[in-house]
Amino acid sequence: MSEQAPGALVAPPVGPELFTASIPGCEGVPASFSRAQEVLHPGRERYIDVATALREAGFVTCADLCGVDYLRHMDRPLPAGVARERFEVVVNLLNHAERKRVRLRVQVPGDDAVCPTLFYVYPGAENMEREAYDLLGIRFEGHPDMTRILMPEDWEGHPLRKDYGIGRVPVQFKDAPGPR
Amino acid sequence: MSSWNGLESLSHNFLTGRLEDFVKWSRRMSMWPATFGLACCAIEMMAAGTAEYDLARFGMEVFRPSPRQSDLMIVAGRLSQKMAPVLRQVYDQMVEPKWVISMGVCASSGGMFNNYAIVQGVDEVVPVDVYSPGCPPSPQTLMHSILTLHEKVRTGEITRRRAASGTGAGVDLAAEVPGWVQPLPAPVRVGTPR
Amino acid sequence: MTNERPPDAARPGATDVLDGETAPGHEDFERFIEAETEEGAQELGPASSTSAVELLIEQGGVLRLPESAVLDPGAEDARFGEDDTMILNLGPQHPSTHGVLRIMLELEGETVLRSKPVVGYLHTGMEKTAEDLMYVNGATNVTRMDYLSPIHNELVFALAIEELLGVELPPRATWIRMLMCELNRISSHVMWAATNGMDLASTTMMIFGFRERDMVLTFFEKVTGLRMNHNYIRPGGVAAELPDGWEDDVTALVDTIESRIDDYDELLTGQPIFRERTEGVGVIGPDVALALSATGPILRAAGVPWDLRRSMPYLAYDQVDFDVVVGTVGDTFDRYAVRLNEIRESIKIVRQVLERMPAGDYRVQDQKLTPPPRARIDESMEALIHHFKLFTRGIEVPEGETYVAVESPRGELGCYMVADGSNHPYRMHIRGPSFVNLQSVPPLLRGALVADAIAILSSVDPVLGEVDR
Repeated sequence: MSEQAPGALVAPPVGPELFTASIPGCEGVPASFSRAQEVLHPGRERYIDVATALREAGFVTCADLCGVDYLRHMDRPLPAGVARERFEVVVNLLNHAERKRVRLRVQVPGDDAVCPTLFYVYPGAENMEREAYDLLGIRFEGHPDMTRILMPEDWEGHPLRKDYGIGRVPVQFKDAPGPR
Repeated sequence: MSSWNGLESLSHNFLTGRLEDFVKWSRRMSMWPATFGLACCAIEMMAAGTAEYDLARFGMEVFRPSPRQSDLMIVAGRLSQKMAPVLRQVYDQMVEPKWVISMGVCASSGGMFNNYAIVQGVDEVVPVDVYSPGCPPSPQTLMHSILTLHEKVRTGEITRRRAASGTGAGVDLAAEVPGWVQPLPAPVRVGTPR
Repeated sequence: MTNERPPDAARPGATDVLDGETAPGHEDFERFIEAETEEGAQELGPASSTSAVELLIEQGGVLRLPESAVLDPGAEDARFGEDDTMILNLGPQHPSTHGVLRIMLELEGETVLRSKPVVGYLHTGMEKTAEDLMYVNGATNVTRMDYLSPIHNELVFALAIEELLGVELPPRATWIRMLMCELNRISSHVMWAATNGMDLASTTMMIFGFRERDMVLTFFEKVTGLRMNHNYIRPGGVAAELPDGWEDDVTALVDTIESRIDDYDELLTGQPIFRERTEGVGVIGPDVALALSATGPILRAAGVPWDLRRSMPYLAYDQVDFDVVVGTVGDTFDRYAVRLNEIRESIKIVRQVLERMPAGDYRVQDQKLTPPPRARIDESMEALIHHFKLFTRGIEVPEGETYVAVESPRGELGCYMVADGSNHPYRMHIRGPSFVNLQSVPPLLRGALVADAIAILSSVDPVLGEVDR
C-alpha cells in the first residue's frame, strides 16, 4: 500500500540516463520521463528520421499510434524546447530484444493538421493512422489510403475533437447535457 | 396393444381446428432466426442456441444466414450509424411473415451509449415486436422474450395491415369496407405460456 | 469452363497457381504475382532479397478501393477489373465473419488476389464516451470493447489509472485479478475454438465449446454478478471478495475443462479434413508479422516467442510458472494449436493460483480510492461521506500520461491514458489487438481460395468490439 495519499505522484526513478540519448539519430531530441517510460518529443520534421533510427536500433514494432486533441488542456507539461500545438500524434514503439518501450509525441498544429506518415517505416501503422485521421482530422502525408475507417465515408466532422459534441439525445429524466 | 393396426385403429383420425390456429401454430413452432448478431449480445444469443439453454426445443436452433429463409430477426447488439442501412436492407429482404426481437438495451434504446455513433433504438430503423432488456440479457431472458413473441403470435392476427406505414398490400379497409373498425391488438399475457 | 488463361511472357507459370500445384505462401508463388504500382505492373523480386517492410509495401496485398466501390450495382467497371477479376463483398452480415466485419475480396475465379477489410460497422464512440464518464465507472464502458475477454479490458484500464495514481495493490487483489484473467483467457479461447470449429463446419465443436464456456461464465456470475461485461476490476483492486467455496468451484472447473481439451484434440487435431483445411493455409512469416505489428497467437504461431506475461510481466505473472506456446510454420493450424495449448497453460496458472492465493485485502483500503465496506456505512459518518463522494464525484487523478499493456487472448491490449487532474480521463485510447491484427489479413488471404479465406479469418480471431470501439 502506498504511503502517500493517492493524489501524489510517485517520484520518477533517479539515476539512469535516458537510453535514447545514446541511439544514433536521436541526438538533441527533447526527452522526458513519464511514469518510468521514456518519451521523445521530435518535431514534425525530425519525426520520421527519429522513428527510422529507433527501428534500426531494435524497436521493430509500432505498438500503437494515436492522436490527442489538447484543445481544452493546452497547458500540459512539456519539456523545454517543444512548441506546444493543438494536436499530438503519440507513437508507442516496442523493442522485443531488450523488452523496452519508448514513446514519441509529435506536436501537430490545429490549423495545419498534417503529419508525415509512418507507413514506410512501420507498415503496421496504416490502420492506426487512418483512425487518427477519421476521428481527429490529422492527415498523414504519403499514406496510401487516407480515408475514413470507422465512421461512414460521407460523415462530416471528426468526432473525437474536443469541439465536437458527444451527440447525446435527451432522454426521460435527463436532458441532453453538453460535453464536460 | 393387441388390436393396434396403425391408422385404422384410430377412432378419430381427423384433426380439426380453425385455420388461424393452424397457421399460428406452424408459424411459432418453427420460427427460424436470422443471424444478426452485432456485439456482446450475439454471444449470449449463440449461447441460447447451444446445449445449456437449447433453443432447439422450440424449433429455432437453425440460424439461417440468408434472410430469405428466416422468419425472425434478433437484433443482438448495438447498432451503429454505418450499420443501420445494412440492417434495413436485410430486414427488407426477409419475406413476410417476419418478426423482430430487439435484444439488449443497446438495440432497444441505445443502452449506455447515448452518443453520436449509436442509433438510439433499432425501432428507428425497423418495426420491433418484442424488446428484451439486459446488458447482455442472459439466455433465459432471451428465451422469455422469444416465448413472449410466440404468445403474441398465438394470440394475435395472422395478417398485419400496415396502412400507416405504407408497406404491405396498401389496402385501406376503412375506405373500402363500410363500417369496418380497426381491431385493437389483443393484449399479450407475458409469463408462462399456455 | 475454367478461368485458365494461357501463360504469357509477363506471368510465367501462372497456371501453376490456378491448378493448385503451388501452395500459397511458397516463395515461388511470390515471384509470379505482379505488383500494381503507379508505374504499372511490375514483377517482384524474390522474397529473400527484400525486407519485410518493402515486401509489404510493394506486394499489393491490400485492395485500395473506396468502400462504396461495390455498393452500386450499376457500376460495372468497379465490379470487373482489367484482368477479369471480380470484387466480392464478404459481410458485414455473414455467419462466419465473427461479427460485423466486411471484407472486399478481389477474386480471380476462386482465388483471392487482394482484399481490404472494411470496419466501422460497430463503432460505438467508446473513446469519446470514456472522456465523459469518470474513472470509477469507466470500466463499464471499456469492458464492452473486447466482449469475449472483458476482464482484460477492465484490467488494462485499471492498471493505467493505478500507474497514474502511483498506488500499489495488496497481493491478494493482484492474485484475484490474475485468476479472473486466466479464467477469462480459457473462456475466450474455448469460445474461439467453438466458432472456429463452426466455421470449418464442425457443429459439434460449437456445442462442446459453449458447454465449457458456460461453466466459466457460471463461476463469473457467482463472483461478479454478471455472466459477461462484469465491471469487476476497478481502480484499487477488485469490486468484491471471492465468494465462499470458490476453491472447490474453480477446481471442478479446471478439472473438467482439462479433460475436455483432450476431446477437442480427438475431434479436430487428428481429423484429416481439418488438417487439410488448415495446414499450409494462410502462412505468415515472423518478419512480416512484426512489421505489421501483429501480436498474440498470430505472432507466436509465426515463431516469435513474445508474450507480455513472460517478457514484460504485470500482475504476478513473474511468480507463476507457465510456458509460452510458440508455433513453427505460422499457418492456420499453428494458430489453432497455439490457442489450444494456451488453454492448458492457463489451467496450469489457475492451479498455481489456487494453491498460493495470499490472504489479505481484495482492494486498497484507502478511503479516497475505494469505497468502504457496506456494513461500515451504517456505523461511521466518514464512511458514508466517502461512499457518497466516490460514487458521485469519483477519484481525481493527477496530471500525466501513460501507456500500459497486457496480454489479452488476442494479443497486446494497451491503454494510453492522458489525465488532466480532474475526475475523468482527458483522453483514453485503447490499442485493440484485433484492430492491428486485421492488417495481417490481406497478406494472409493473398492467393488463398475463398473457402480458405473463412478458415484464415477465423484463425485471426477478430473481435469487432475492440476493432471498432
